[in-house]
Amino acid sequence: MTDTREIQEEIIDEFSILGDDKESTIYYIMEIGNKLPPFPENERTDENIIKGCQSKVWLTTKFEDNKVTYLADSNTDITKGLISLLIRVLSNRTPQEILDTELYFIDKIGMSSIIGSQRSNGLASMIKQMKLFALAYQQSKLKV
Amino acid sequence: MGLNINDIRNQFPVLHQEVNGKPLVYLDNAATTQKPQSVIDALANYYEKDNSNIHRGAHTLAARATDYFEKTRLMVQQFTNAREPEEIIFTKGTTESINLVAATFGRKFVQQGDEIIISSLEHHSNIVPWQMLCKEKGAVLKVIPINDQGEILVEEFDKLLSSRTKLVSIVHVSNALGTVNPVKHIIEKAHAVGAKVLLDGAQSSSHLTIDVQQLDCDFFAFSAHKIYGPTGLGVLYGKREVLEAMPPYMGGGEMIKEVTFEKTTFNDIPFKFEAGTPNIADVIAFQKALEFVNGLGKSNMVAHENEVLRYAEERLRTIKGFIPIGEAADKVSILSFLIQGMHPFDVGMMLDAAGIAVRTGHHCTQPLMNRFQIEGTVRASFSVYNTKEEVDILYQSLSKIAKLKNK
Repeated sequence: MTDTREIQEEIIDEFSILGDDKESTIYYIMEIGNKLPPFPENERTDENIIKGCQSKVWLTTKFEDNKVTYLADSNTDITKGLISLLIRVLSNRTPQEILDTELYFIDKIGMSSIIGSQRSNGLASMIKQMKLFALAYQQSKLKV
Repeated sequence: MGLNINDIRNQFPVLHQEVNGKPLVYLDNAATTQKPQSVIDALANYYEKDNSNIHRGAHTLAARATDYFEKTRLMVQQFTNAREPEEIIFTKGTTESINLVAATFGRKFVQQGDEIIISSLEHHSNIVPWQMLCKEKGAVLKVIPINDQGEILVEEFDKLLSSRTKLVSIVHVSNALGTVNPVKHIIEKAHAVGAKVLLDGAQSSSHLTIDVQQLDCDFFAFSAHKIYGPTGLGVLYGKREVLEAMPPYMGGGEMIKEVTFEKTTFNDIPFKFEAGTPNIADVIAFQKALEFVNGLGKSNMVAHENEVLRYAEERLRTIKGFIPIGEAADKVSILSFLIQGMHPFDVGMMLDAAGIAVRTGHHCTQPLMNRFQIEGTVRASFSVYNTKEEVDILYQSLSKIAKLKNK
């Protein structure tokens, strides 16, 4: 399986094709957001809402064979697009891989200028929550 | 008289820029209007030539700054047709104007069991101060319902009125939907039961001719920055007899006649309500905004804005998936809408990418959004410098966006 660095490079390439055109970039983010796999309805609970995001974001995980799979959804397509990028990099990996991953693609694609500072804070909350899940799984494994 | 919109646009430097590689189309005027060069120059000019603290100064600069400051009060008196300049109080904005009334009139005249009436159309700033007051006093807040078009149900208002009603505080023009409320009727009926009436004029002050004597309202609150003036400056008009009966707002300098450690006697209106050094530069610069409006003529401005609004309503209505929110028979300046299957925030972001500035969200009117069972809307709001060509740009962009979910 490709490592998180290669996937991040792929994303950076995709965004570089879009260039500086904000309109195409936003449309692209929405398009990939629409392709996010459906979120299990029984997980759409207040408990699974990520605090600190302007739009509603639900996040849950599965942990099998020492790998974390993330499932997420949002009420806005742009946020779904951002989540789908994070999932593409981090999902289906070991807790250690997730914790070791430095998400440098976000800066490289100029995300904060695309989505604005308020949404960047929301994105940071999402990343924090994803890493916290990985940390929790990592620690529960150590205990066993 | 038709206005030369091109000439008007040339007075607003901020309009002449590109945003995200596209010419800026500024349609967020209900949030704040842009400022003409004359206002910007007046601000700089004051600090360059006249800066001084006003009232009581023994020197030339202080006298000059005081004269300019008080000249604005006279202009605001004329702008609102108040009986006298003493009825004009400068505040930080509409929000502070409303809070001032809650903290003074409310503190003195609202008691346990009394009632305050607002409407379903209110901005949070005309809900929360009354909720706080009612909680403190054990008073009751009553809300006038609206119909699906976003219009107040007048007969329901009539039923809410009683001898317990102390105050009716109501928005003149809805910031979320653009509805013009039947305030003349509301004021007459409220006065008949002995209640006072506050009008939130944050939106109406720039889109309707304001005549507080003809309206006969007891208070009228508005903000300078929504009428081409600087931010951080608001106005509270109050009838002399009502203002005089009210206790002071904040304690400090300017609002006193005499202070000893035992006792303070308070200054006359309007100074009783203007403790501390006021926002002198912005007050003085606001003259230029009022001159701008007076120069064009309110009725000419409104006629142009309404023409652009009607054109926008007609064009956008043809877009598949376009859902207007709020279709009052009498409305100004504001076009609130949704695109079927899309979150307002996504629509706003896509419009921004095309250089078009709109507002998305609940517009500080969450109870109103709940009434329509929506989270928020996309709001385009028009001002005198907006054009039909800009509406065409909005139409083209929105058609493209709507197609994503409405094939």
